[in-house]
Amino acid sequence: MSTPAFLQIQNVVKDFNGTKAVNNVSLDIAQGEIFALLGSSGCGKSTLLRMLAGFETPTSGRIVLEGQDLVALPPYQRPMNMMFQSYALFPHLSVWDNVAFGLKREGLPKAQTSDRVEAMLKLVQLSQFGQRKPHQLSGGQQQRVALARSLAKQPRLLLLDEPLGALDKKLREQTQIELVNIIHSVGVTCVMVTHDQEEAMTMASRVAVMSEGRFLQVGAPGDVYETPATRFVADFIGSANLMDGTLLVDEADHCVIACADCQHHVGHGITGTQGMTVAVALRPEKISLSLDKPASDFNAVHGTVQELSYFGSFTLYHLQLASGAKLKVSQANTHRHRDAALQRGDVVWAFWDDTAQVVLTQ
Amino acid sequence: MTASTSSSWVRGLVRGRTAVIALPFLFLLLFFALPFLIVGKISVSEMDGLAFKDLFTVVDGTVQLSVKFSNYVFLTQDPLYFKTYLSSLQYAAITTALCLFIGYPFAYFMARARSSMQPALLMLVMLPFWTSFLLRVYAWRGLLTEDGWVSDAVIGLGLDHVLLAFGWISSEGMLMHTPFSLVLGMTYTYLPFMVLPLYSQLAKMDLRLLEAAADLGATPWVAFWKVTVPLSKAGIVAGSMLVFIPCVGEYVIPELLGGPETLMIGRVLWDEFFANNDWPMASSVAVVMVLLIIVPLAIFSKYQAEATERGR
Repeated sequence: MSTPAFLQIQNVVKDFNGTKAVNNVSLDIAQGEIFALLGSSGCGKSTLLRMLAGFETPTSGRIVLEGQDLVALPPYQRPMNMMFQSYALFPHLSVWDNVAFGLKREGLPKAQTSDRVEAMLKLVQLSQFGQRKPHQLSGGQQQRVALARSLAKQPRLLLLDEPLGALDKKLREQTQIELVNIIHSVGVTCVMVTHDQEEAMTMASRVAVMSEGRFLQVGAPGDVYETPATRFVADFIGSANLMDGTLLVDEADHCVIACADCQHHVGHGITGTQGMTVAVALRPEKISLSLDKPASDFNAVHGTVQELSYFGSFTLYHLQLASGAKLKVSQANTHRHRDAALQRGDVVWAFWDDTAQVVLTQ
Repeated sequence: MTASTSSSWVRGLVRGRTAVIALPFLFLLLFFALPFLIVGKISVSEMDGLAFKDLFTVVDGTVQLSVKFSNYVFLTQDPLYFKTYLSSLQYAAITTALCLFIGYPFAYFMARARSSMQPALLMLVMLPFWTSFLLRVYAWRGLLTEDGWVSDAVIGLGLDHVLLAFGWISSEGMLMHTPFSLVLGMTYTYLPFMVLPLYSQLAKMDLRLLEAAADLGATPWVAFWKVTVPLSKAGIVAGSMLVFIPCVGEYVIPELLGGPETLMIGRVLWDEFFANNDWPMASSVAVVMVLLIIVPLAIFSKYQAEATERGR
């Protein structure tokens, strides 16, 4: 057996008066990982994070960090620090004193405290702002103070609660990269909570999709996106067209699924039984559009452009299919002048490769 | 067109605002500043039988100004006044400290109680105001005299020996007309004035700050002193001022619950006015008292102004 993982979450349950906010969750996190808990509000991700930090006690289960069971430890004795949602900076203390707060509690000598605070402020590029009060800083600067404060004690584990939730979109994109760079340069293991899938995808090395207190899927962002395990994940991460159908042929190298509007020819086999009900998930960007009928009878539908939304870099088309179902198709706007652009009401063919689909059996 | 309507609307609003502010200002000017100036004038006036002489007199076509400072000089010469001022400040300070000591935990747990409970708790703090202040102080006389319930309980527990050892009562078993009964009465009366500002400050505190403190290694005790107390400083200052200032000039409680040894400036004032009938002397005592109170008030408002500047 290999050595136990850096952080082990084992069968953790949190029961709030009969409601299981976290329902028997287990997870191993490796050292140096940036791990994201992703889910909509109320899915239990924040409760799990608060249990890691020690603000909530699990009803049952163990949380083990480097072989040490944390459950019995109060938050102030845990070797981890948290960056709070909307930061929770101490309003009565200067930036410098906010960063030094944890070091003073540790009883670190004055000179060392001072060195560490200066180093932290330099790391987040706020050396000039030490004497300011938090409310004198912009949102982005406050976010960096919060990061410096949570890194100052050199925690074994860094917890981020919606780290960029309070920033506007433009600043968020820029800060995502900055934050990841800082976390990597410090080399700290990190668990973050977010409801923003872009944030989770760009920052994390692995993602857990949570719903109703359980993990639906755990994996690298690319895997979760390209091979969602369930209908919920396919629908929750990005956008997907879900079509119900029955399995007609299931061979080792391909399978055929009959749906209302088309027959799917999928370039791999699934281990299912003939006639079973399955769903096919198809990402909008993996579909092509054409006015002419494609050569193959498989993997193509035709429909009417009912709605189109121009996003600048791409356009999203809503096609109305014969069965009444809708199909979302996105097309990259690779040329400036699109003389042949489709209009509302155009009847078009949509088609895709036999590697584009994901067959979902649950 | 829109601009002109909106600007006239703004002008009207500003005018309305000025009126709202000006009315209480005028009221205070009329019923505080003006009487105070009259008292100030009396304090430097010469008595002519039962009337005061005018400060300005026209003698042989020249205006003469006669200001008599002898009352103020006398204040510094007779040690009784100095001792009384000092002891007034002392009793006010002890009362303030006791109110803070009792009121802070009180306000703290009120602010942390279930939010559905808080209005009821707040109501209980304000309940004493529903009965007359005078009645409540009189009630303490009944409780503290010999055979009063509180008196019996204190003596039964042997606490009167402790009070005697601290010099808060002068003989065993006698609780009334002592520093103890005076401070008890003032603490009881002014406690709500300490609790309410503390409560409002503590109730609006962001509790996640305590989580942040715990996360950074602060035990609950350390977090209390490093986060909760500094963040409630404005409430502590406001409550202390609301208790300290009226306590310095308190007259009714020393009169009803105090004794011969509890010197309070309010009683000296009364004696000067109504026993000695020396209005100029009484007025100068009053002027000095008001100045004594204005100094802490000025410090308070300076602190508040600084706090506002800091944006908190």
